[in-house]
Amino acid sequence: MISAHGFGDPGKMKEYHYTGPVEHRFSPYAFNGGTVLAVAGEDFAIVASDTRLSEGYSIHSRDSPKCYKLTDTTVIGCSGFHGDCLTLTKIIDARLKMYKHSNNKSMTSGAIAAMLSTILYGRRFFPYYVYNIIGGLDEHGKGAVYSFDPVGSYQRDTYKAGGSASAMLQPLLDNQIGFKNMEGVQHVPLTQDKAVQLVKDVFISAAERDVYTGDALRVCVITKEGINEQTIPLRKD
Amino acid sequence: MTDYYNFGLRRLKKSRRNSGIPLHFFIPTLPNPAPSNNRSLFPYSPANQSVTVRRPFPLSHGTTTLGFIFQGGVIAAADTRASAGGLVACPEVHKITPIHSHLVVTSSGSGADCMLWERILTREIRLYQLRHRRCLSIRGTAKLLSFMLHPFKGTEVCVALTLCGWDKDAGNTDCTKMSEDLSSTTDDSSSAVCSSQDVTAMAHSASPSSGPKLIYVCSDGARLQGDIFSVGSGSPYAYGVLDRDLRWSLSKEEAISLAREAVFRATHRDAYSGNNVDLFHVTAQGWSQRKREDLKEEYYRDMKRKTNIVEG
Repeated sequence: MISAHGFGDPGKMKEYHYTGPVEHRFSPYAFNGGTVLAVAGEDFAIVASDTRLSEGYSIHSRDSPKCYKLTDTTVIGCSGFHGDCLTLTKIIDARLKMYKHSNNKSMTSGAIAAMLSTILYGRRFFPYYVYNIIGGLDEHGKGAVYSFDPVGSYQRDTYKAGGSASAMLQPLLDNQIGFKNMEGVQHVPLTQDKAVQLVKDVFISAAERDVYTGDALRVCVITKEGINEQTIPLRKD
Repeated sequence: MTDYYNFGLRRLKKSRRNSGIPLHFFIPTLPNPAPSNNRSLFPYSPANQSVTVRRPFPLSHGTTTLGFIFQGGVIAAADTRASAGGLVACPEVHKITPIHSHLVVTSSGSGADCMLWERILTREIRLYQLRHRRCLSIRGTAKLLSFMLHPFKGTEVCVALTLCGWDKDAGNTDCTKMSEDLSSTTDDSSSAVCSSQDVTAMAHSASPSSGPKLIYVCSDGARLQGDIFSVGSGSPYAYGVLDRDLRWSLSKEEAISLAREAVFRATHRDAYSGNNVDLFHVTAQGWSQRKREDLKEEYYRDMKRKTNIVEG
């Protein structure tokens, strides 16, 4: 693994000038960038992610989507350290299979969220460096989004952005979907087409301003008919 | 069961070596553990052998929570902001969680730690109730929680919970999971059922066996019973407001209004507290929750009141 000594905070490069002898310690983490987003509607849910995998100044891959299908009604988006994302999704898949075999039914979105919370907290002292967002339909067919922090704290939301551009996208979503910070505006519920268009626009803005987001956008729309995936190109620079 | 998600990681601690903690923790260890002499009582505790892995991300911290006892029961109030570093990770967190029908817990410290430890506590209380056919007392709950957290003393687990509850008499074994969820109106003109009439006038003695209880438990090992607690980065501001007006003989509306005011002033001055205020009221009949209120409106009302005072 490429040494992470050039990184102070995740995603920021330190200045290249000589400050004196520095003791480098092996860091088990790396920051691979990427943004995920999930929106819950009345009878649908959308999970979207960009497909760029980067490390420092390099791009490892332009086609590495961060949404993973768990069941017919649930998709998880994982961004952060790609190694931990892969292992975590493997563990979740294994636990889902175990549940299916012992209980003869698929896990619901809420149950997956609760299980993921305990999986993440089991590693409280050596966390998975992954920002997770689960999007899917709950038992009543309504859209559900569950957002996590790296150690397992979670709650159900209507919309959430995670990953490198999350701080830029979350206020935009608060404004457009939550109608916050606006006076005298009618609160119209979000239709599926409007939500997909909004997600595309939001990622185009993220690709403009965040270096770790770009290349392509993978959108998964979850309805009771199934999961529909689209890929839309983004800026490649 | 643990081997399925081990995938070859050999150092997963089993739960019996975790001093009875009902959760499997992966503790990263040094290849040659450094000799540690002071914690030989708990050789397998996480604090003894763990190596601190430098985390590249901040965890959520910062809050204002408070609880106090008055003649009408216990009031628990908290803000709803979860901050991670300088970012507001979530503006609508639930910091007050019901454990059973007569106990709510306010949480402060690290968000994930509080959420998971509340879950563990709920599970243990429910198991106790099923095994012993009675509800564990609030003091017993606090002791149980404190002993469960003890092995993690010295690690970075940061949990500061205030248990706000009502101890029922020994004869009463009913301890349902959820109480009724009343939401009263937000302004002072509420003519809601005044449960202060239902509450028997308990003498305010040192430790009655039943009645309102307020106990603070924290991961450093503190376990304190008291009449008023405020925890978090905004607690000094809340204490200032509470110490001025808190009396045993407050009515329910006055107590609610005082708790609201304390949280509002704390969120105004503390950067890491804000957004909404949650309020719970625990009586002999159980807990009831007030509708969550956005403090942004309260700030504008307060400004208007101040200009009226200046002009009028």
